[in-house]
Amino acid sequence: MNLIRARFRQGMRTMAWPDGPASLPSRFRGRPVLDQSRCIDGCRACADACPTGAVHGAPLRMDLGACLFCPACAEACPTGAIQFSSDFRLAASARQDLQLSGEAPASTDADAETRRLAVALPAATRRLFGRSLKLRQVSAGGCNGCEADLNVTGIVVFDLGRFGVQFVASPRHADGIVVTGPVTANMEQALRDTWEAVPSPRLLIAVGACALSGGPFIGSAPCGAGVPSDLHVDLFVPGCPPHPLTFLDGILRMLGRL
Amino acid sequence: MKLANPKSFHNGQAVAIFDVASVAPRALRDLVVNSCSHGGRLCGLFTLPGRPGTLDLVALIAHDSEGRLSMLKAGVAQGGRYPSLTAELPSAHALERAIWESDGLQPDGHPWLKPLRRHPALEPAGAAETGDPVGRNQGAGAAGGRDHPFFRMDGPGVHEVAVGPVHAGIIEPGHFRFQCSGETVHHLEIHLGYQHRGAEALLRDSSPARRLAVAETLAGDTSIGHGIACCRAMESLAGIEVPEQALWLRAVALELERLANHVGDLGALCNDVGYLPGASWFGRLRGEFLNAQMEICGSRFGRGLLVFGGVRFGVSPELRHDLLGRLAIARRDLDDVASVTFESPSVLGRFEHSGIVSRQAAEDIGMVGPAARASGCTRDVRCDHPLGAFVDWGLSSAVETAGDVLARARVRWVEVKRSLEFVLARLAALPDGPLVVPMPQPRPGAVVGVLVEGWRGEICHVVATGDDGQIVAYRVFDPSLHNWFGLTLAMRGTPISDFPLCNKSFNLSYAGHDL
Repeated sequence: MNLIRARFRQGMRTMAWPDGPASLPSRFRGRPVLDQSRCIDGCRACADACPTGAVHGAPLRMDLGACLFCPACAEACPTGAIQFSSDFRLAASARQDLQLSGEAPASTDADAETRRLAVALPAATRRLFGRSLKLRQVSAGGCNGCEADLNVTGIVVFDLGRFGVQFVASPRHADGIVVTGPVTANMEQALRDTWEAVPSPRLLIAVGACALSGGPFIGSAPCGAGVPSDLHVDLFVPGCPPHPLTFLDGILRMLGRL
Repeated sequence: MKLANPKSFHNGQAVAIFDVASVAPRALRDLVVNSCSHGGRLCGLFTLPGRPGTLDLVALIAHDSEGRLSMLKAGVAQGGRYPSLTAELPSAHALERAIWESDGLQPDGHPWLKPLRRHPALEPAGAAETGDPVGRNQGAGAAGGRDHPFFRMDGPGVHEVAVGPVHAGIIEPGHFRFQCSGETVHHLEIHLGYQHRGAEALLRDSSPARRLAVAETLAGDTSIGHGIACCRAMESLAGIEVPEQALWLRAVALELERLANHVGDLGALCNDVGYLPGASWFGRLRGEFLNAQMEICGSRFGRGLLVFGGVRFGVSPELRHDLLGRLAIARRDLDDVASVTFESPSVLGRFEHSGIVSRQAAEDIGMVGPAARASGCTRDVRCDHPLGAFVDWGLSSAVETAGDVLARARVRWVEVKRSLEFVLARLAALPDGPLVVPMPQPRPGAVVGVLVEGWRGEICHVVATGDDGQIVAYRVFDPSLHNWFGLTLAMRGTPISDFPLCNKSFNLSYAGHDL
């Protein structure tokens, strides 16, 4: 009886997104909006404040792949030239699409903004994976932030399974791998072995600032700078860690379903 | 044997390095072993730069019943030897292995001397911060990577099971080597180090902004716990007091982190015994606390909340009202789920008597946190060495005695209830005033040890400055470093099929261990 009462009270919790709106709090920090026209000549306050060297002054640029989405740069800027919007759509198909420039503010050009988001895979690949995508996760020095928020995509709220996407227990069952962490020296071989164990055609998805650039661990001796450059990455998901919606948005765009 | 009482101080108090009593290495061992047989607890053993050509071997001991800490040091020549503590004080075993492999000091008489984090056969040359004693100088290169000298059993019917480093779920990497006969595990060796990112060197050498970012990602599910330890250590060295409102908001964030992780663990435990209502509902409720954290600071993991000198974000009256309402509903839903879970015979039947760690074993290996409390140890930094907004909480630690999976689940549930009351009470009565004060340079020639009760247990950060005020050493002891061996002990005589359940009941950090 208690179980039935609890079941009734727990209700249906799966979110309305992508068909309905996704609600995020006002303090959530999503896509930064840069406006170089506000910069003061010679000012480097944002670059000096950034913990990972993701921001450059004069001309104002930001590498979303290295950004931890801490508000240090926005806070340091005396003129509001950097502001974090609540737009959680951040994933990109090419690494250079994560290089933001302050010269043409993205928010004023809807087309430019769309182009920077992840694009759909070629039709032939989409026929294979579009409705059923099985992924294997490899943490290669991840701190358990990205891992925890990938895990959470499986709970009833985000319900990854409703899109036909699933994390599986073996690379042999997988269509691709999801890599987190800066790729430590001690994990690089295991990462390569796992990748080789995935049958082709296969996808590689890099999640989080560490996997994209090294994140807070950029330049540390026992680490790499994320996914080794000889492995082709199909989807880059920035964040520290990325919000589960950022990951889902990237996956669905890659599959041509958004 | 009556020995000189080392100078004591309270949690988070910076002391001059020359005030730390200096003794001979043998006396250090005797004093530490003696202290730990009289209620002391070894929180950390590490090196600091010593006189030219030497390293200072330093022990940080907690005297829980007195609410004091003490430190002792002994000079050891670089690359030299000292008498190991481990044979008499098993809680030192991992600490001495870390010193051996990264600082090159040889602990004479260590019964289990092998690499802890380094895989010299895989690492590029020069990866070690200070030499590479394990890989090259001592000809032990074969000890690393795939040739790690695992403990092995022989005999009829004995077989070995190797798991990892890549696991079947979305989990961090580590290698588990089981010695079994049939289903029964006789010994489990846990070989980590795959996550080693050189974090201590970064914490020592980085700019303040990056230092805090690294601290927040030492163990990413404990961003607030490690972040507070880092902030407190640097603030104490700089000699500043953080405003009261900031201390309260830090405490609220620390307890929200505990709530999210404990509730998530309860769900994951349900999942591992196939109790899907508990798995779904606890899993969903975990998100309520992550979302509360995100409402306050914009990040589900609390990143960006902490700054040196205070916090970045306050809580407006509207947000406070909203959070109090949401958390009250979460409390009601949690009560529902917990009552059906802890009444379910199928859950109790799997949790009870699984993966037992005795109190004696927990004491011996220096376990901390909920896992230690489930085995009857009362230690809880929030009770024994409270800082900030915890000072007048009057919390009594949640203790169980059975030491099994059920005890570890129950401790979590009791802590969930108490933390939720704390968060509701503190949010409702948040003080006014500034959120942050300016941060001066750290004072020279000082050392500070900070303990914070993270959700996994005691987080310890030790920071030392040189004569010019630069950080010369930054040491981190994640609760996982103490507790991984507890999982080994829990598996002895346990069917291997119970490993996922036992592992989840500890839920330890790989990154926090490997640093």
